[in-house]
Amino acid sequence: MTAPRLHVHKLRAGFGGKEVLHDLELEIAAGTVTAIIGPSGCGKSTFIRTLNRMHELVGGAWVKGRVLLDEQDLYASDVDPVLLRRRVGMVFQKPNPFPSMSIRDNVVAGLRLTGTLSRGQTEAIAERALRQAALWDEVKDRLDDPGAALSGGQQQRLCIARALAVDPQVLLMDEPCSALDPIATARIEDLIHSLRGRYTIVLVTHSMQQAARVSERTAFLLRGELVEVDDTRKIFTKPNDRRTEDYITGRFG
Amino acid sequence: MNPTRLRARQIERLVEAICLTAALLPLLMLGGLLLDVLVQAWPSMRLSFLTHYPSRAWASAGILPGLVGSVLVVSLTALLAVPVGVGAATYLEEFAAPGRFRRLVELNLANLAGVPSIVYGLLGLALFVHFAGLGHGLLAGALTLALLVLPIVLLATREALRTVPDSLREGALALGATRWQVTSRVVLPHALPGILTGAILGVSRAMGETAPLLLVGAVSYVTFLPTSLDSPFTTMPVQIFGWVSRPQAGFSANAAAGIVVLLLTLTGMNLAALVLRARLRRDPT
Repeated sequence: MTAPRLHVHKLRAGFGGKEVLHDLELEIAAGTVTAIIGPSGCGKSTFIRTLNRMHELVGGAWVKGRVLLDEQDLYASDVDPVLLRRRVGMVFQKPNPFPSMSIRDNVVAGLRLTGTLSRGQTEAIAERALRQAALWDEVKDRLDDPGAALSGGQQQRLCIARALAVDPQVLLMDEPCSALDPIATARIEDLIHSLRGRYTIVLVTHSMQQAARVSERTAFLLRGELVEVDDTRKIFTKPNDRRTEDYITGRFG
Repeated sequence: MNPTRLRARQIERLVEAICLTAALLPLLMLGGLLLDVLVQAWPSMRLSFLTHYPSRAWASAGILPGLVGSVLVVSLTALLAVPVGVGAATYLEEFAAPGRFRRLVELNLANLAGVPSIVYGLLGLALFVHFAGLGHGLLAGALTLALLVLPIVLLATREALRTVPDSLREGALALGATRWQVTSRVVLPHALPGILTGAILGVSRAMGETAPLLLVGAVSYVTFLPTSLDSPFTTMPVQIFGWVSRPQAGFSANAAAGIVVLLLTLTGMNLAALVLRARLRRDPT
């Protein structure tokens, strides 16, 4: 068996004197969709933010243990978090397109910000990323309109296109549908389906139905502890742990 | 209608009337003041007032050196204070780690903005005129005013930066941008209208200052235009102050006319700021 794309080993993280994540152990295979479920405050968002080193941007935040991306420790002293974040993209809860930029500029923003966009590439890269994000047909005639003029669901797909344009290996999605209506949510879920295989996706979600619909593997987090991780079908039909069963059957959370 | 409801309505009306008076009062006072200045200024209101130098005869005296001096000093002040103020605020908000140092600096800033301008004048006199040996010239005046304006620009910039949502910073950082790329390409453009307003506010303040300039050596009787950074100079407020202290009635008309010119200049600056802001809001790049 090949090495996992992401290997989380004895990961502990927190803020100041408070430990939020306790000794997480997790392997994520390349090209899969992994859902992270759990009740509010269980550390889902903290966990996903340790995978692209966004966690440490908050004052007092700390991380111990290792996260290996293709067998290389993200937290090794010679790893530049800025370069790492180009390999591990992220989509946030609330769509956050840059309000002063056009749709096209939003898509290529990552490349332009980092000065890696060469002239003449813009159109091709923007089109490719927008097609991947299933947004091209809706916006191809108005690429110069401001990104903020799109609907919420379109904005979120724009943010996905923006993340894909940098060509990451891993895409982190932190409750990407929590601000969207059911129809927009369905479109994002279709999109996640189509991205599987090419990208390794880690999806934090509040919705167990969503986890069941789009993921191959599901990890259940409870109070900062990884209770169980397994094939999604197994988690939702025959979980090993009592607490997982209680959670998915709606006994708490 | 029952009596309680009626009473509540009356109280409502009364409060509204009081608030309206409070809102109108300053406007009326300002209007009265303006009218008074205009009436007083009338004898001196001629176009040549703008192009003439001061003179012993009030009727041929003009404000040209003051006008040019003000524009020069204020431009120099802006050139010195705006980059430093914006830079310092950007450092404090976007780069400095929260902690004791940042708290100390921020506490001092709030205090600095409240220091009376005469104190800055004294500081400028000691530091720039004597210690640095710049003499009683334009540059010493501009440096002194820059000290005075710096906290205003800095605080306004800080406020503008704080209105930029963190989600934008995070979005850019998650794309693999460095702090500086995030700041220069996302945060500062977003905050630019606010920063400009702060800069104009600070610069307007400098335009009206008199006391610190008197201390660092602006004089009220200058019959030439500044030619270099250490040229003696005057500004409109200093010139007005000079005329007000003359006994002849004609000079108080000159002072009033000077005030009109000063107010027009300030209004022009604020209007320019408004237009600039509106344009940036509409067509951000």
